[in-house]
Amino acid sequence: MKKQRWSWGKAYLALVFVILYAPILYLVVFSFSSGQTMEKYHGFSWQHYADLLADTRMITIVINTLLVAFLASLLATIIGTLGALAIKDARRPWKNSLLSLNNVLMVSPDVIIGASFLIFFTMLGVRLGFVSVLLSHIAFCIPIVVLMVLPKLNEMSPTLVDAAYDLGASRWQVLSLVVLPSIAPGIFAGYFMAFTYSLDDFAVTFFVTGNGFSTLSVEIYSRARQGINLEINALSTLMFIVSLLLVIGYYLISKRGGRRTRIVAVKEGDAQ
Amino acid sequence: MRQKAMFIVPYALWIILFVIAPLVLIFYQSFFNINGQLTLNNYAEYLTSGVYLKMTLNSVWYAFLITLVTLVISYPTAYVLNRLPNKQFWLLLVILPTWINLLLKTYAFIGLFSRTGTINGFLQFMGLGSHQLLFTDTSFMFVAAYIEIPFMVLPIFNNLAEINPSLINASYDLGATHWQTFRRVIWPLSMPGVKAGIQAVFIPSLSLFMITRLIGGNRVITLGTAIEEHFLTTQNWGMGSTIGVVLIIAMFIIMFMTGDKKQKGGRH
Repeated sequence: MKKQRWSWGKAYLALVFVILYAPILYLVVFSFSSGQTMEKYHGFSWQHYADLLADTRMITIVINTLLVAFLASLLATIIGTLGALAIKDARRPWKNSLLSLNNVLMVSPDVIIGASFLIFFTMLGVRLGFVSVLLSHIAFCIPIVVLMVLPKLNEMSPTLVDAAYDLGASRWQVLSLVVLPSIAPGIFAGYFMAFTYSLDDFAVTFFVTGNGFSTLSVEIYSRARQGINLEINALSTLMFIVSLLLVIGYYLISKRGGRRTRIVAVKEGDAQ
Repeated sequence: MRQKAMFIVPYALWIILFVIAPLVLIFYQSFFNINGQLTLNNYAEYLTSGVYLKMTLNSVWYAFLITLVTLVISYPTAYVLNRLPNKQFWLLLVILPTWINLLLKTYAFIGLFSRTGTINGFLQFMGLGSHQLLFTDTSFMFVAAYIEIPFMVLPIFNNLAEINPSLINASYDLGATHWQTFRRVIWPLSMPGVKAGIQAVFIPSLSLFMITRLIGGNRVITLGTAIEEHFLTTQNWGMGSTIGVVLIIAMFIIMFMTGDKKQKGGRH
């Protein structure tokens, strides 16, 4: 009886996985079709990959997108980590309001973020393009970094910091030799998350990008509105591989972080 | 002490410039008409002309349906996942699609649902004939639910994983059946996860605009579509901001309704 219940559950789960992955595999399979539509498979071909590599507009956009993601996540990681340190040190009423303000951009719908940033940039006279996209990406990545770093800061045993001060460390030494190494997994995880958020963002970018500048999501949107183009399939296959690599990287980092926190936890237990 | 101040400067600047200022600006902009005159007309028009109210109700209704479909699919998924060995790995597989660009996933459905696409091919093969799938309300809801499923599974899964197994064992020991245990013990204890999931799905569903265009074929106008249209097509930023303010209010209502009081007290 129990066995049968299990198999029903597993069958259901298998169905969910099929639904989740079928569209993605579908894109990948047709990227190798020699036809021009996603209707009938016409035999294996690298043609669409060749088209993609020859498409200089697309290559420029890919480079733009990666550049924005790289810079935005880097700057967001720095500001977010400083923010997490500030939140950690803040007193009670301040701490809660800082946390709530931090989460505003996490819960706001993308259209609101996009529309309000558009008003903001227009009022400031910032020209829409690379700068406005980069600034918006930094802005919506910061809270993610804070949320990834803050738990690590809270996990850190305060006795470690006290011990460092007792041993004569300066503020800077405490930060660079004690605090930052122990929250490093959170910082890396924050960077990775920020990077993927930036790579994937569509709605906010769509609002604040001008005519001259485009990122991948916006470009895919405008091409998809014109219909099927198997070059996009080739692109999606490549992006799928990149996402897989990112996930594996993120998984390894968080695993290493897990082990490290366990060591800290054991140390805390010893102290008590 | 000065060092501490230096830490907070960039972060505080971010809060002022990119959190508070934009929200204030969207509120401020909602009091201007298309010619830049200060007016309350946007709100008056929103409330009196039936078009906007109907659109809002429609958007809320679709968001409700999408959330419901997502919940119905996701809860059993999270439940079964939670009982598997290596559950973290399977969970990772559920989350993996969220790392793939949203546009690409939507784009896949344009091919799948097209008149001569794979789904129609399959339907014909089954003798059900070909149907118009793309640009229908059903396809819009299906794609939206597809995209939201992982965001619903994750909080429910985490919540189910936290439930103390001895509570479930106690329920069985006291003679409860599987169904009773589920209804009286597991379901109530998993409510915070369900609420978090609803919150994670409902708000984006109100503001989707890309899927309505690509899959819904502009048949469904959500609040998000309306905002996008006012800002980028008709350039009526005042009315767009007014709808934005409505969306923000809707967001607060949902957060209030699904809010978990415990979370506020600081889990950290």
